[in-house]
Amino acid sequence: MKRRDFVQLAGLGAGAFMLPTHLMGNSIPVEALLAPGMDVATKKQMADVALNTARSLGASYADARIGRYLNQYVFTREDKVQNVVNTESFGIGVRVIANGTWGFASTNSVTPDGIKKATEQAVAIAKANSKIQKEPVKLAPVQGHGEVSWKTPIKKDFKDVPVSEKVDLLLKANASAMENGANFVNSALFMVNEQKYFASTEGSYIDQDVHRIWPTFGVTAIDRSAGKFKSRQALSAPMGMGYEYMDGLASEKIEGPEGLNLYRNSYDIVEDATLAAKQAKEMLSAKSVDPGKYDLVLEPNHLGLTIHESVGHPLELDRVLGYEANYAGTSFATLDKWKTKDFNYGSDIVNLVADKTQPHSLGQVGYDDEGVKCKKWDLVRNGTLVNYQAIRDQAHIINEDESHGCCYSQSWNDVQFQRMPNVSLEAGTEPYSAKQMIEDTEKGIYIAGRGSYSIDQQRYNFQFGGTVFYEIKDGKIAGMLNDVAYQSNTQEFWNSCAKICDKDDYRLFGSFFDGKGQPSQISAVSHGSSTTRFNGVNVINTGRTI
Amino acid sequence: MAIYTKEEARAIMEKALSFSTADSCEINLSGSESGNIRYARNTVSTAGHRSNQTLVVQSSYGKRSGTATVDEFDDASLERVVKRAEELAKLSPENPEFMEPLGPQEYDESTTYVEATAKITPEQRAEIARASIEPARAKDVTSAGFLNDSAGFSAMMNSNGLFAYNQATNASFSVTMRTNDGTGSGWATRDANDIAKLNAEEASKSAIDKALMSRKAKAIEPGKYTVILEPAASEQLLGNMFGSLNARTADEGRSFMSKEGGGTKLGEKIVDERVNIWSDPRHPEVPTAPWNGNGQPVKKMNWIENGVVKNLAYSRYWAEQQGKDAVPFPSNAIMEGGDASLEDMIKDTKRGILVTRLWYIRTVDPQTLLYTGLTRDGTFFIENGKLKHPIKNFRFNESPIIMLNNLETLGQQVRINGNLIPYMKVRDFTFTSLSDAV
Repeated sequence: MKRRDFVQLAGLGAGAFMLPTHLMGNSIPVEALLAPGMDVATKKQMADVALNTARSLGASYADARIGRYLNQYVFTREDKVQNVVNTESFGIGVRVIANGTWGFASTNSVTPDGIKKATEQAVAIAKANSKIQKEPVKLAPVQGHGEVSWKTPIKKDFKDVPVSEKVDLLLKANASAMENGANFVNSALFMVNEQKYFASTEGSYIDQDVHRIWPTFGVTAIDRSAGKFKSRQALSAPMGMGYEYMDGLASEKIEGPEGLNLYRNSYDIVEDATLAAKQAKEMLSAKSVDPGKYDLVLEPNHLGLTIHESVGHPLELDRVLGYEANYAGTSFATLDKWKTKDFNYGSDIVNLVADKTQPHSLGQVGYDDEGVKCKKWDLVRNGTLVNYQAIRDQAHIINEDESHGCCYSQSWNDVQFQRMPNVSLEAGTEPYSAKQMIEDTEKGIYIAGRGSYSIDQQRYNFQFGGTVFYEIKDGKIAGMLNDVAYQSNTQEFWNSCAKICDKDDYRLFGSFFDGKGQPSQISAVSHGSSTTRFNGVNVINTGRTI
Repeated sequence: MAIYTKEEARAIMEKALSFSTADSCEINLSGSESGNIRYARNTVSTAGHRSNQTLVVQSSYGKRSGTATVDEFDDASLERVVKRAEELAKLSPENPEFMEPLGPQEYDESTTYVEATAKITPEQRAEIARASIEPARAKDVTSAGFLNDSAGFSAMMNSNGLFAYNQATNASFSVTMRTNDGTGSGWATRDANDIAKLNAEEASKSAIDKALMSRKAKAIEPGKYTVILEPAASEQLLGNMFGSLNARTADEGRSFMSKEGGGTKLGEKIVDERVNIWSDPRHPEVPTAPWNGNGQPVKKMNWIENGVVKNLAYSRYWAEQQGKDAVPFPSNAIMEGGDASLEDMIKDTKRGILVTRLWYIRTVDPQTLLYTGLTRDGTFFIENGKLKHPIKNFRFNESPIIMLNNLETLGQQVRINGNLIPYMKVRDFTFTSLSDAV
């Protein structure tokens, strides 16, 4: 399948997104997904070729990542299957330090010759660049783990589920959307299996099997006489789970206002598509918001993206230090603010944690892509900034003697670097439901699902939309709203955080496409929270006439 | 060696095609070599090299297609990949939008490949980085930049007699310069098919100047302002508009081109009559391949002429459904400029804002093509024909349609991301809030 077709097919609703090369891979027959791939003993031999070659060329450190990336995507629109795609991408990436400088090269020729050549290239690049190097790499110590393995704890491997079952499910969701008033519906299932083997000169040989899934759709309703259209996207989340996420278990369902169905660790796509069609039609005649200050009641599948942009990104240490200055930007959360130990990030009920071990999350792995065992740590405690996200070559800058274990590369073909772990807002400690929160709100807007998002390069000023908006008047839902976006400033916003629902309301938002780095790489990451209220936030009206 | 000549590519593909027994077969062969260097904090950070080659076979029986891929091109591998594509095709569901492969086509000559770009070495890349870092250090400025170069080929052949081949090189460079007191930031980007035409040193100097000029910005009230948009500021908004000129979504009623009461705005004036936008693969400054991924020849095409939408892109399938000719999507965008220099445009501005770039641009409303994003890396207040002082960054909420209706002056064209875009002066550009970001 050609990239162009893929991108067109991946166009869900109004906007299409680009997928990076490794999510494309080479097309393979479905049964080849079940082939075991290179065995661990051979991978170890191949990795040792890289490590030994690097050492012999004078590298002081080397790691090799052999990756086999298996993807299956199913695309449908209305009553048609547009495509079923099975892809595989297999190769090795070699990273070295020579003369205190990083070098990297990759090849899809996983043979002693191919690996030797790539390693020579990586060392040559490191040596060429060392001539202009002013800050030699300093690595935090790491324990060699020997030969170990880790696997996402899944119940159903997507590779064992027949394609026809997946197609039938999507077509059923589409049919239900069409019956309930949709003019168009696109739906898709993305399923990913990263088989990653890591070896380094520190004495680690780590074999990992990582699974992710993302069901999604876009439903569009059209009013031709008015020349208007509205789309309602799925309220699913991409998850670090197997196909069991599609079971639609009643026990994992959370009831929202106005019959809204929200989902924790199990998703009912048919039910969601049915409601989406009704809501898309309702949006065509919903009231346009009056701009002004509102108390915002933000549902987790919406708030996750706000956490991602306003907490996850500014606390990436590479951004803080300026390594991303030319692309993603830098950060307002500078080292001098952190050093005061008193920098107020949010109100005192705000506790934000980084966690690479959280079950069902997209970021969950046993070890990161430089062989560091994963863990959980605080970023903001009782509203105060306490830490960043750091990897081996950064830990010394924040006076730590170990990496946080959040180094990642999107494929064997790209160099690994610091990437955002799951960053989540801890649930409130007192029993409190979203229903109670709405009842306690006088003039507010309830927002569910992700929408438009934009934030500046130092992560101060942001603007967010959402999937569905409900006006709250005197503790009651007063109908659906259109044209809603809120603008705020990170510190001001988190200081307006007034109340957080309890753990029963806690669930994950996720993104398959967190982008950073040059050449740009994507990473999958989750953000957990409970429904949360932010008081007195500025809401603008985005309606225009052209 | 990942880059095959036309004859080498033809021989491999002919061999693969000789194994085909399907109703139709289409083969794509491509390869590329790319290298990059990245620097930040006035020193090199990461760098890498990638090499890739692949052959894709799509075999079809009626409307059932199967695709298989291989990266080894000996006879046995080629036979295996064709057989696998055929097996897959027999098992696939029918694609109701399947189109027969095209027959032989005539293509224009291509000018997208430049040998010097293909021959760049790690040492040359390091030298480009050094020549950006050293002037920055000398001015108490911190540089962060990225250079990426690539050389590759793509070829296509099918059982209906089509053969297409193209070689292309590309180099792109961008740099951000930040003053060490943290109050100023400048940026520049350049791209070219020919590395010799890419002047990274000049770009770095321009970014350093912007950084120094933008120090200690003052806040002014958000609102509607006359703006002078540098080409890098408008390119993405224009590109988003350009990319939305799609007949199918317009016909389906889900595009800004869909009309009240049904139908589309094709043939209607949607922006100022001085707006002319076309695409042209043979333009010497922004050449692109003379054919697209379907094997369709790509020719010069007018999209907006005197403010009127002249064409919408039709896929082959949608064209057939609608009884129209297929119109390939544009491969570049060229917007007509004017004679005014940036200095002239500033001189003629009583009160306005000069914008270096707009960043983090996201769709707010696809119905009106409303986008939001922020100014970045050099935003300046203009008063009585002079640059008065740097100002703090703004968030904007604006539609390129409204923007192009509010056109005041067109300035000179600049190549940006493979497109030619003019400097533009626009009135009533909507800034909705202030940002503290530098």
